[in-house]
Amino acid sequence: MPGMSGRMSTIVKAKISKLLDRAEDPGETLEYSYQKQIELLQNVKKGIADVVTSKKRLQLQEEKLRQQLVKLDTQARQALAAGNEELARTALERKNVAQTELQSLDTQLGQLEQQQQQMTESEQKLRTKIEQFRSKKEVIKAQYSAAEAQVRISEAATGVGEEMADVGLAMQRALDKTENMKARADAVQELEAAGTFEDLTALGPGEDDIDRQLKQLSSQTEVDAELEKMKAELGGGSGPAGELGAGSGSGAGSEAAAGSEAGVPAGDAAKAGEPPAPSEGQAS
Amino acid sequence: MIVRIATEGQYELLENDVETLNELDNQAVAACQQDDEQQFKDTFRRLVEYVRSHGQPVDDDRLEASDVIIPPPDTSLEEAQAEFTGEGLIPG
Repeated sequence: MPGMSGRMSTIVKAKISKLLDRAEDPGETLEYSYQKQIELLQNVKKGIADVVTSKKRLQLQEEKLRQQLVKLDTQARQALAAGNEELARTALERKNVAQTELQSLDTQLGQLEQQQQQMTESEQKLRTKIEQFRSKKEVIKAQYSAAEAQVRISEAATGVGEEMADVGLAMQRALDKTENMKARADAVQELEAAGTFEDLTALGPGEDDIDRQLKQLSSQTEVDAELEKMKAELGGGSGPAGELGAGSGSGAGSEAAAGSEAGVPAGDAAKAGEPPAPSEGQAS
Repeated sequence: MIVRIATEGQYELLENDVETLNELDNQAVAACQQDDEQQFKDTFRRLVEYVRSHGQPVDDDRLEASDVIIPPPDTSLEEAQAEFTGEGLIPG
């Protein structure tokens, strides 16, 4: 080694060498060493499968979160259309949490993708080296005297051994990271179970708190609608409804509530499957 | 000389690249000792980048031991520090 004096690499190198010394017992037969190479390859394959499983799980979670985002957004709009700013705010708050969670899932999925890629490459590289080692071994045995062959084979074995140690390390790191992500995924699932994203806790099958409150509101809105219609018929003039489209911040709520006096948010009410209903913003 | 970036692969570098490697390596160690995370990250990244940009990737069918092995590119300050107290990412 040409004058390498970096402390960090010296320590790492020393450790790898020590690892190899332990593994490459001179008395160890080459066949045994080959056996270990095959075992490692199988382990890498298992590791890759593990990463793929975690990836699928995260993807499922992501899909679920996306659905919840849409649902919460719709609920917020419905609540706002019905004039219940408080409820809209709650839905938006939950949407926010879900959104943050989604972003972090995205990042993790990207990392898993990278890990899978890296492990697949490692496996390929190791496979090539093992094949190379196998054929080289035969050539050396045929070309050299027993003593000379021993030296040369052991050199080649060191090269493969280092690769094996490195692939082992790469795999360990990848699996540790996957383990961390699993723990995180579990935590997200707990949040889900606790209703953080979805059911502002379901009271009946398929019916959550927002749905329920919206239903209660609808009867009231029907009255309001009738009243508004009458007002319009009598008075004639009516402005456009407040902007309901924003739906992504708490500011939109008060704005819409203020505008609701003037008009009918027909589009949103229709979407919600309720009669076109304006609101006085006092429903609760 | 052959340099391995752990978990990534081997690169062939010129003999006189060793000066730069040593310097960056020791700067990284110093940052570790001063508990300076940013400094460690910067220096360590430069070390890894140096090997990648100045080195020629070693073919998969070459069976050679490395002259230098540097830790995995995603080594954290904590991991690097642990490396110097014996409980590192490579058991030994």
